[in-house]
Amino acid sequence: MSTAAKTEKKRVISLNTRNTLVGLSFILPNFIGFAVFILVPVVFSFVLSVMKWDGFTAMEFVGLRNFVNIFKDRVFRAALRQTIVFSVFTVIFSMIAALGLALLLNTKIKFVNFFRSAIFFPYVASIVAVGAVFKAMFLKDGGPINQFLSMIGVPAELLPGWLSSTKWALMAVIIVQVWKNMGYFMLIYLAALQDIPSSLYEAASIDGASKWRQFRSITFPMLTPSHFFVFIMLTINSFKTFDLIFALTEGGPGTSTTLLSMYIYNQSFISWNYGSASAAAIILLLIVGSITLFQFKAEKKFNDFM
Amino acid sequence: MKKTKQDLFVQVCVYLLLILITVVTLLPLVWMFSASFKLDSEVFSVPIQWIPKTFHFENYVRIWQKIPFGLFTFNSFKLTIIVTFIQVLTCSFAAYGFSKCKFRGRDTLFLCYIATIAIPWQIYMLPQYSLMQKLHLVDTHLGYILMQSFAAFGVFLLRQFYQSVPNELIEAARIDGLSEYGCYFRIVLPLAKPAIATLTIFTFVNTWNDFMGPMIYFNSEANKTIPLGIRMFIGQYSSEYQLIMAASVVALLPILILYVFCQRFFVQGIATSGLKG
Repeated sequence: MSTAAKTEKKRVISLNTRNTLVGLSFILPNFIGFAVFILVPVVFSFVLSVMKWDGFTAMEFVGLRNFVNIFKDRVFRAALRQTIVFSVFTVIFSMIAALGLALLLNTKIKFVNFFRSAIFFPYVASIVAVGAVFKAMFLKDGGPINQFLSMIGVPAELLPGWLSSTKWALMAVIIVQVWKNMGYFMLIYLAALQDIPSSLYEAASIDGASKWRQFRSITFPMLTPSHFFVFIMLTINSFKTFDLIFALTEGGPGTSTTLLSMYIYNQSFISWNYGSASAAAIILLLIVGSITLFQFKAEKKFNDFM
Repeated sequence: MKKTKQDLFVQVCVYLLLILITVVTLLPLVWMFSASFKLDSEVFSVPIQWIPKTFHFENYVRIWQKIPFGLFTFNSFKLTIIVTFIQVLTCSFAAYGFSKCKFRGRDTLFLCYIATIAIPWQIYMLPQYSLMQKLHLVDTHLGYILMQSFAAFGVFLLRQFYQSVPNELIEAARIDGLSEYGCYFRIVLPLAKPAIATLTIFTFVNTWNDFMGPMIYFNSEANKTIPLGIRMFIGQYSSEYQLIMAASVVALLPILILYVFCQRFFVQGIATSGLKG
């Protein structure tokens, strides 16, 4: 009896071990690579933020001095301010564009798929190619955009310098960012619009509600979860924007389009100032992290409420 | 009667508006295409010539001669295909482990993936670079492949999808004596084809377009990819916009072809995941 129980137990254990081994065999090929090349660097970035290091000599613990130093740095403060300005405008413009496009395209007309695909395409286009085109389009003298502006009557002395002017460069970058990503958010809105039951609109038109009234009282409120999702995604994306800046302006002219990500890059690979770079990275992480956390919390609250 | 007339009017307006928006959206790309066939002096002519007087196809020949663009194209294809292959293969494997195998520690491991998914690359690009330096993998294709192939997003996306495959189906197969590997290859994988296709396309597009990765990692010319090639043009022949545009067209073309044929999966990927961006 007892030996039978023992073998039974042994079999259970070995079955457990077997299950674990089989499970791990599925996961490990990916997990090993992931742990070494992503997880370890992520953890290490926290360590680096309290160290003084140039990548070659020995590390030295400096506590929070890196954080104090970057906040004293005029360029970092400018980068932080510009990142916020960039994000606010990008989020507002993109949301309006995406919602407007989705509403227009949520109709049963011919070629609707063609229109959708065309507007989405910039999202998958190569950022360097896009950067090269817009650099040409935005040229102050003879660039197609300023040609158009003078055609519609803007006097020559008022033509913006776009990428070559510290005043206009950030606005130019925002325009390109909105242009490139609006199709993606349009698709998210479209998916949500198609889920709104048509019975709501039928009831409303029987009651004699105008189209505008229907939009205000049905469409817009029914899209609340999407507004929320799009808003959060856009905010996080704007804080992360990096390659577009690099392709268009490399942070210039001066530091007028240096965003946080660009600052981190410069501190890392130009100045080799690993401490400042990591401290700035942690600040960026705190911002993005708290937005994500806010999303989780609010989404939960919203779901409970529903 | 009056109503239908009004409807027609509204519809015409919607069409006109849509055509206008689409044209404006595509204008930069059309301009790029048209400029790539022009002469140096015609690129910024006033007023803009949308259709070049004569098509200078030689621009497309010259880009291959001025810089090693052929090599860059080869590198782009090579890296994109290898990264996509490893990514899709290991992710689909891992996603099965995370969704259909039960064992201790599984959820802790998965938490590591979830925790990093929202973390922007800029946060850890520097420690990652130092690590690669220690391993002597900076400026090698191997280093780049290792860095790009194990993103948490793929595991997350496929796990989402695998969870919609009913467990009863797999239970039944197990009782019939199919091993876990059999369950994966013969039940889950065939059902997951659309999700796999989505991940394949997204990884392909992201790797093909990737600019900052190669920018930071590749110094020697032999390793460079198309985006770096375009940058090289901008640096060396800054005034020859027609060549820069021709190189840009070459960079866009594979994605455009993929997009035309696999559009369904692009849209599907966004509708189901709504995550990557």
